[in-house]
Amino acid sequence: MSEQQNSIMQWIDKRFPMTATWKAHLSEYYAPKNFNFWYYFGSLALLVLVNQLLTGIFLTMNYKPDAGMAFASVEYIMRDVDFGWLIRYMHSTGASMFFVVVYLHMFRGMMYGSYRKPRELLWLIGMAIFFVLMSMAFTGYILPWGQMSYWGAQVIVSMFGAIPVIGDTLSNWILGDFMLSDAALNRFFAYHVVTLPVLIVVLVFVHIIALHETGSNNPDGIEIKANKDPRTGIPVDGIPFHPYYTVKDIFGVVGFLIVFCGIIFFAPEMGGYFLEDNNFIPANPLHTPDHIAPVWYFTPYYSMLRAVTVNFLGVDAKLWGVILMAASVVVFCFLPWLDRSPVKSIRYKGPYFKFALTLFVISFFVLGWLGTKSPTPLYTLLAQIFTVIYFAFFLLMPWYSKIDKTKPEPKNVTK
Amino acid sequence: MRMIKFLLLAVLLVPYIAYSSSEEVKLDKAPIDKADKESLKRGAKSFVEYCLTCHGANFMRYNRHQDIGMSDDDIRTNLIRTGQKTGGLMEAAMRKKEAEEWFGVVPPDLSVIARARGADWLYTYLRTFYQDTSTYSGWNNLIFDKVAMPHVLHNLQGWQVLESGTKNLVQAKPGLMTKEEYDSFVADLVNYMVYLGEPHAHYRKELGAIVLFFLFGMLGLTYLLKKEYWTDIH
Amino acid sequence: MTDSSDDKKMSGRRRFLLAATSVAGVVAGAGVATPFLRSMMPSERAKAAGAPVEVDISKLEPGMLLTAEWRGKVVWVLTRTSEMLDNLKKLNDQLADPDSQREQQPSYAQNPTRSIKPEILVVLGVCTHLGCSPVYRKDIAPADLGSDWLGGFFCPCHGSKFDLAGRVYKSVPAPSNLVVPPYTYLSDNRLLVGSDSKESA
Repeated sequence: MSEQQNSIMQWIDKRFPMTATWKAHLSEYYAPKNFNFWYYFGSLALLVLVNQLLTGIFLTMNYKPDAGMAFASVEYIMRDVDFGWLIRYMHSTGASMFFVVVYLHMFRGMMYGSYRKPRELLWLIGMAIFFVLMSMAFTGYILPWGQMSYWGAQVIVSMFGAIPVIGDTLSNWILGDFMLSDAALNRFFAYHVVTLPVLIVVLVFVHIIALHETGSNNPDGIEIKANKDPRTGIPVDGIPFHPYYTVKDIFGVVGFLIVFCGIIFFAPEMGGYFLEDNNFIPANPLHTPDHIAPVWYFTPYYSMLRAVTVNFLGVDAKLWGVILMAASVVVFCFLPWLDRSPVKSIRYKGPYFKFALTLFVISFFVLGWLGTKSPTPLYTLLAQIFTVIYFAFFLLMPWYSKIDKTKPEPKNVTK
Repeated sequence: MRMIKFLLLAVLLVPYIAYSSSEEVKLDKAPIDKADKESLKRGAKSFVEYCLTCHGANFMRYNRHQDIGMSDDDIRTNLIRTGQKTGGLMEAAMRKKEAEEWFGVVPPDLSVIARARGADWLYTYLRTFYQDTSTYSGWNNLIFDKVAMPHVLHNLQGWQVLESGTKNLVQAKPGLMTKEEYDSFVADLVNYMVYLGEPHAHYRKELGAIVLFFLFGMLGLTYLLKKEYWTDIH
Repeated sequence: MTDSSDDKKMSGRRRFLLAATSVAGVVAGAGVATPFLRSMMPSERAKAAGAPVEVDISKLEPGMLLTAEWRGKVVWVLTRTSEMLDNLKKLNDQLADPDSQREQQPSYAQNPTRSIKPEILVVLGVCTHLGCSPVYRKDIAPADLGSDWLGGFFCPCHGSKFDLAGRVYKSVPAPSNLVVPPYTYLSDNRLLVGSDSKESA
């Protein structure tokens, strides 16, 4: 570093901890050296977030949050704005890829016990990000004001109506009208482009701060900080994040971009899963489409909502469905305390946990698939069975994780 | 771990297997070639002639047809019937209010109809009108029951009726075209409507090829860079 | 931001790969920026709205000013009398750019009358100072504009003065002559403002 650069850095460092921040979070942040494929998804989630913010800002320049103009303004972006189609597809594909990446990121945490002590708070902050992400997806999906936007929102808002006593008042308050209309579109637009993005950026920042406080977990689920070089105080199994993980993550980013661009340029609708056919028909409050399915990332929860068909304990099925659906997401928050295994990582956990996790993943996919289908008696029965499996994974965890036969953890990380 | 990966893969494939076996309505495959500009031009002319009277394509500008190789002059002589400028939108000749009085509904805008319905649906729909005295317009359709639209193309196709008790259509009166000519006419029209749904689709794929080519190069480069740095780690 | 241990590890191969990746990264960045920046250019709708406009000048009488609109700007069409055209020559030493050297007009209007046909002036009625619309003052030597005023345009905002060819006077705030838009004659009585080719009508 030249003299001049040095003096500029000194001038800045006296006023802002630039060098110290760089060291603490990059060049002297020691991450376990055995990160595998699953550890790309955190940085990829950040990438997708930046993509959504950037493309979102440019879409806002031409979008009109008005029930009479919204649909046309989206087509205006697709046709009349130069490269508007690209920016719109980047945003719509980004929304789905956000969930892909976040689901894989969460699954990584479940495999390697990243939610366990001392990372419980990190996990909870992550769950908060997930909740905000779901709200963003919901409010964003309304904006094109197509048939699926309209009827999807109708279904979701009706769920609040299931709450006893205050339900009707609450849904009117949410909509700002006695029906889903321009008022709701306008306020959901405000949430989608101001409230929720600010919230998610703050939460992601806090998530990273918390991560760098506890240090990253790794595929072996052991604490690298427990084994430090006595001379330097640096974890024996740790390597500086920069340059080693920056170059690795850049490679991961390019790999991800190939998939991302492949979808944007060659299959932006992704067979109707990313952009639904019916959303190319303008919203019509008087005509429900023959078949309503939420976007794929909500379908597992949607299946559980529909799976409840009987009244129980004096509470009607509709409310139970809503409760179950909410519970299916909230239940992730309790993972740090449900897992009683002496080891963190699936590598050293026993057959019970592996079996349970496999069943859970299968139930997630099957419920997700069922959510895209019109309900038939067979499908409803399947949804009920897999809902039970889904919840059993969580609720039985204190039991099976405790009696499971584990292998001893190594002292050092392995490949 | 290996088992989990296998199961994940198997589960990912389930929807595709199940999807392909659960199609309810049998649609005919539209024989269209999106790259065939002559077919698109023929389709554009038919669209303007037969559809644009009642339906609009209000998100589409006439001068956009440069995409399919039409010059401003071509557009002016072949497409524009309402005295509009080439930068104008493809609006319906008929007013919405009149249309509603005639058909009971406002004919939907067709700009993105192919994206909503799919080419196969449109291809089947435009070929399966039949006479039905029980409906308001005197026409019905195999895949769109009690459709409000009369069979605008009956001059070309002729009249079809439903064979009683079946789902088969039989020709009751010949039209100006043979069956093959009519099918090819509808294919051109549907091809055009697919283009109309996403006029940039062709360019999108061209650009995508360049982007992917670049990214694959970059993937190799970043892989080498990563490997080079990681030689430090033991 | 490098420390000494990093420098030691900087082999030639590493340096090369780093440089190559950086170059590729800059190319990628430019590639991503392009669609975003281009999306901010006037859209097809704006282009359609800003398409050339036809002006019917059949009812225009000598000395009369006709106003049209093109891309949100005032377009003046003025038929000058032969007296007005004669007066233009007398003003040269009072003007900042009498020969229209600066590119404020298409090449076919870079002549003493700043027009295709000598008598008909087509000019944007937008003051080159700060965008006000000047006033047409054809009266000779009015009290407020002085005894040597031979008719022209006066900008009420900041007092800039232009002659009847839209040429700016010396010592006024406006720096340059009024802009002549691209235009062409579709026929003797029909002007197309906004394009020099009859094709885009």
